[in-house]
Amino acid sequence: MSSSALAGTPLAGTGALTRLAFRRDRIMLPVWVYVITAAIASNSYSLNKLYPTAADRAALAASGGQNPALVFLYGRMWGDSLGAVSAWRYGVWASIFAALMSIFLVIRHTRADEEAGRLELVGSAAVGRLAALTAGLLVAVVANVVLTLLLVIVLIALGLPAAGSVAFALAITTCGLAFAAVALLAAQLAVSARAARGIALGALGAAYLLRAVGDASGAGGLSWLTWLSPLGWTEQIRPYTADRWWVLALPLALTAAATAAAYVLAVVRDHGAGLLPDRPGRPAASAWLRAVRHWPIGLAWRLQRGTLYGWAVGFAFTFAASGAAAKGIGSLLGGSEQLRHAFTRLGGQAGITNAYLAAIMSLAGLAAAAYATSAVLRLRTEETDGQAEPLLATATSRISWGLSHIAVAVVGTAALLAVAGVAAGLGYGLRTGTAGSEVARLLGAAMVQLPASLAVAGAAVVLFGLAPRASVAGAWTVVGVVVLIALFGQVLQLSQWVLDISPFAHVPKLPGAAVTAASTGAPLLWLGLAAVALAAAGLAGLRRRDIG
Amino acid sequence: MTNAIEVRGLRKSFGRTQALDGLDLDVRTGEVHAFLGPNGAGKTTTIRILLGLLRKDGGEASLLGGDPWRDATTLHARLAYVPGDVTLWPGLTGGEIIDLLGTLRGSRSGIDPKRRQALIERFALDPAKKARAYSKGNRQKVALIAALASDAELLILDEPTAGLDPLMEAVFRECVDDERQRGRTVLLSSHILAEAEALADRVTIIRDGRTAETGTLAEMRHLTRTTVDADLARPAVLDGLPGVHALEVNGTHLRCEVDHAALNDVLRRLTAAGVVALTCRPPTLEELFLRHYSAERPELGARP
Repeated sequence: MSSSALAGTPLAGTGALTRLAFRRDRIMLPVWVYVITAAIASNSYSLNKLYPTAADRAALAASGGQNPALVFLYGRMWGDSLGAVSAWRYGVWASIFAALMSIFLVIRHTRADEEAGRLELVGSAAVGRLAALTAGLLVAVVANVVLTLLLVIVLIALGLPAAGSVAFALAITTCGLAFAAVALLAAQLAVSARAARGIALGALGAAYLLRAVGDASGAGGLSWLTWLSPLGWTEQIRPYTADRWWVLALPLALTAAATAAAYVLAVVRDHGAGLLPDRPGRPAASAWLRAVRHWPIGLAWRLQRGTLYGWAVGFAFTFAASGAAAKGIGSLLGGSEQLRHAFTRLGGQAGITNAYLAAIMSLAGLAAAAYATSAVLRLRTEETDGQAEPLLATATSRISWGLSHIAVAVVGTAALLAVAGVAAGLGYGLRTGTAGSEVARLLGAAMVQLPASLAVAGAAVVLFGLAPRASVAGAWTVVGVVVLIALFGQVLQLSQWVLDISPFAHVPKLPGAAVTAASTGAPLLWLGLAAVALAAAGLAGLRRRDIG
Repeated sequence: MTNAIEVRGLRKSFGRTQALDGLDLDVRTGEVHAFLGPNGAGKTTTIRILLGLLRKDGGEASLLGGDPWRDATTLHARLAYVPGDVTLWPGLTGGEIIDLLGTLRGSRSGIDPKRRQALIERFALDPAKKARAYSKGNRQKVALIAALASDAELLILDEPTAGLDPLMEAVFRECVDDERQRGRTVLLSSHILAEAEALADRVTIIRDGRTAETGTLAEMRHLTRTTVDADLARPAVLDGLPGVHALEVNGTHLRCEVDHAALNDVLRRLTAAGVVALTCRPPTLEELFLRHYSAERPELGARP
């Protein structure tokens, strides 16, 4: 793309902008591509270990492929070869990640730059009005092409058939490409990057739901809904069983159509404007926002509620489906001694269904710990972005500022766990006809995770108070270590004291374990006290240190 | 006269960088005090120590009679602050932020709605817009309105007009004048010198974390030279006259800088040569600034 050939055209400067985009993404882009490739490779590898023989996989196909909850979650299974099982288990989710990568890349280099005013600076140089758009699209195309090549190499290296591997890789990356184009269009419609991301992510969520409902409704009924969804197309390519190449035309056609629409809009609209204007807000603060004098609790809620709602929807969805999958889990695991072992390890010993449900609940606890950590770290974002400064120059004390965000984190974590328990209880109970008792039982099982989740967030408060510069990396490292210990601690045969570092090692395995004051109450009390002590130490540090 | 702000020998370092190195600052109650210095001189660091956001390494600082670190929250109820680089919460509207800051500042009933409305009209702000849609100038207006609408005794304004257009800058000056009439104390940090000239009762100039000079503008002008620019009928000879500097002669046009003591002699020689046109200008703050920061003229930077 020589600059001379494009000079004076709407595409002038595309080459320079593309190089700039790659330079800005030199870390994030490889990380995305690597994580998706590594996840597929390691999971296909472990599927091979878990279901080594054709008979094991046939049993899995017979039970899992028929379980409506799993079909809802992962899609339909078209065969029982190792490749077909991998494509069933990871195809839709890898496509979601490819779509997320593409959406974030495109919005970042188009609307986010425009909103921040960076494109104005660039646009006043000899850069055409379509250059940024094209650069953003090119980055996403390159990312998806590289991802395709890596996936093909890795899948073939795992011993899977070559043609099926190419079909599987393209099924994933053409979906990524289609959502890159959707994001490009969303960036023309919305004025803010946040709203543009919301539109594109909403489209992705709708695509998932259409596919899930279409798949779960079986052969008749609403199964045509699957064909309305790019994630459904991914599945309908049927890699390793039919390799239906013609289905690839659908995501490519959507890519072309959405890209064309984005270019048309980009030509006709004003710089900085969109087709969907930013809605005006309230000209004065509501009573809620200014509820408590000197306490920015209303503000903390306002800043964090959107994220919490998003998490809650994700929790409701995931745990309802996971709970629904509990019925018949015994026969599903029947074929795999290793999986059965993995669940009893994570969830305790009292029956495979209870072990499975308890394992789901500890996953809810881990996810809630991640939420709580992100909610606490909002304090650090407020500090580094400079919003804390005018706030702390008012009569608001550092403690009340810190506690306001911590309060949102605590309430939000409790709410998410409640959602997980109720959703799992409904998902399982409605299928067994015992919804009332299952909801109560699983709500309790979810809530016992709360002190452990908050203890993890307590570490984030300590880091924020005492080592603010290291707090973001440090707090996520803590979450990562806790997750690693929970999922792989015993597989790696770590010694007991290492396992005991994780607060989740001390949470009773519910449902299933006996509930007594000593076995259930005491560890929860200690974990709760640990969380409070950590938060207090962090706040004491916050009072003493420099802000900014 | 009591002092709203008293700073003696203030020191603060960030790692190996010495941001403040013995800074002195006195702001008298009821005055508009300009706090001048180039970028990186330590203005913002000083303000952030006065706000209790940073902890001082040494020296004394008192604010409204209290300790800015220990008594931070009680003192903050009596002051209003506008940061130099205003960052707002992108999802909140300007109106919401003005009310929010008012409530958090602790005024009993939030802020006076009449004054809030008057200021919003005066600064022509759309309070229903989300902060992410505001330009830099509009973000600045939000913070200024929140501060000016409060009933704080002390206003601390860190480069408050950096993003305002000339029209809004004029509105800002009127507002600061009003505040002076109402007896409020204003600390105005700036590198926009015309602003300090138009507004300030007294000025403190800092350089490299130290106070270079402090006083009223009149006191500072006393230390500097008058610029003389003249068209003459015949060439005049000023060479070698004591107190005349930077002399430029171009035929009958003459330009020089003159010490106050030499002004009388210079004017006598000029009138003797026949004055066609004459401009005598007191030094602007730009020239005061040059005196302190110009690398080319280090001999002029010496402290008086």
